[in-house]
Amino acid sequence: MSKRMTLAEAIAEHVRDGDRVAMGVHLEALIPFAAGLEMVRQGKKELTLIGPISDMLFDLLIGAGCVKRVIAAWVGNVSAGLGHNYRRAVEQGVPHPIVVEDHSNFTIQLALLAGAYGLPYVPARTVLGSDILRVSPALSTAPSPLDGKPTVIVPPLEPDVAILAVQRSDEEGNVHVWGNLGVAVEAGLASRKIIVLAEEVVPRDIIRSDPNRVLWPSWKVAAVVEVPGGCHPSPVPGYYNRDHDFFHQYHEESRTREGFLNWLERWVYGLPAREAYLEALGERWASLRARRSAPSVPVDYGY
Amino acid sequence: MAYTPQEWMVVAAAREIRDGEVVFVGMRLPLLAFAVAKCRHAPRAVGLFENGVIRDTPPAELLYTMGDNPNIHQAVSCTSMLTVMGLLQRGEVDAGFIGGAEVDRFGNLNTSYIGPPERPRVKLPGSGGGVDIACLAKRLLIIMPHEKKRFVERVSFITSPGYGDGPGWRERHGLPRGGPDVIISTLGVFRFDPRTREAYLASYRPGVTPEEVCAHTGWALRVAPDCEPGPVPTEEELALVRRFDPDGFWTRPRA
Repeated sequence: MSKRMTLAEAIAEHVRDGDRVAMGVHLEALIPFAAGLEMVRQGKKELTLIGPISDMLFDLLIGAGCVKRVIAAWVGNVSAGLGHNYRRAVEQGVPHPIVVEDHSNFTIQLALLAGAYGLPYVPARTVLGSDILRVSPALSTAPSPLDGKPTVIVPPLEPDVAILAVQRSDEEGNVHVWGNLGVAVEAGLASRKIIVLAEEVVPRDIIRSDPNRVLWPSWKVAAVVEVPGGCHPSPVPGYYNRDHDFFHQYHEESRTREGFLNWLERWVYGLPAREAYLEALGERWASLRARRSAPSVPVDYGY
Repeated sequence: MAYTPQEWMVVAAAREIRDGEVVFVGMRLPLLAFAVAKCRHAPRAVGLFENGVIRDTPPAELLYTMGDNPNIHQAVSCTSMLTVMGLLQRGEVDAGFIGGAEVDRFGNLNTSYIGPPERPRVKLPGSGGGVDIACLAKRLLIIMPHEKKRFVERVSFITSPGYGDGPGWRERHGLPRGGPDVIISTLGVFRFDPRTREAYLASYRPGVTPEEVCAHTGWALRVAPDCEPGPVPTEEELALVRRFDPDGFWTRPRA
């Protein structure tokens, strides 16, 4: 059964106001920016964003007023610096106050792991002694029942929806992803449903030829959306490189609230179609495309 | 050969990585220092990156983030964060390498909040994997630009624990191992007194004086009796820094 939809349809139908949404789960690569910008255009409200490090995606969703709560390890602009919208929201309540639930990368992964495998909690030895333990409503410590040593108790996280960027998918949502995986496996399995944002939708035979590369069972996938260039300005291995300048320009322009609103006007409201957005990048987009091919040697599943 | 304070810092930091070590490489400056060490004196070092990448060769190009495609190409393994964090938690990582916004005399790092968390004056980005590396690596290497407001008597928020308030603190909190080994800044190299767990100035960048370093540090900094000028970068080291950072993105002086 085909689950193909347009991006606007998928976001309208499967991301509801108030949802807990996992995004940016590969860390700095494969960030589903096109989906985030569509959430802004549709005026989503009261979202809880879940992800370890989402580069500037969480910052712009916060600035656009879509977010009530952030469950993350790091929010900012990885190569440029602090997240100005994140700062304005937390420090001044602009455009409105948000709740921050601090995690580390590892604890957010373990929370998703508990969610993914139906575990009541996961014990860990990280964040001991950190003030993250003091301020986080989710994390606590208890003596280990085995040896009495201090143990961090990480409760499960189960997002309503995970928006997961992949290189290719069939129309049912069986996907191939390569490159670093970050917390993608756990985030997909822990979520009630998945929106797949694919560079390409391909025939199912291509996916079936290499089942080791499939991360989640397709019954979890609610929508398959083909958006070439959908992760720009983040990189997609084999397709395009990171647009560092775009991150740095955003950093400068979002320094003031007015500058950020202008940025939204130009890149989000002014360019609703992804093709037009990529065209507006001009020659830069062509220069970001993978310059040389580096294919792997096929594996043989013969019997 | 002339060099910037940032280039000196990267060279000094790279020298802290030993050949054959398993190094957990944090975001930003550690990416550059690791690449330099790999090319020069630590060809057998292996880098773990929190996004799940394991690499034993330097990347072909400058990295702005560990998720850049050149860090994926020809990696040893592209796996999940769980694999690399699991290796870290098991105690298989020799050195963790991170930057920070604020550090104190016991090597505690704050990358979360300036001012009270409920009403901060500045909201910093947060831990990322910093706290995991600080808690679980066998030894912690810290690299950060030196400013008085960043080198403080006591961080107001411990994101990534160093030695807490001194001897015994890590043990009391149940941390299984580790602690800061060194802080490398644009002004000098700081090591930790095994008795007091306090950072002291071990060496300084050629051209500055210990007095200047103390004046730019927010606590009564102790200076080692044998404190001397730190390494002078070789031409080979500077060439490597410039190969991986050709436009000085990480190493040109900032306003």
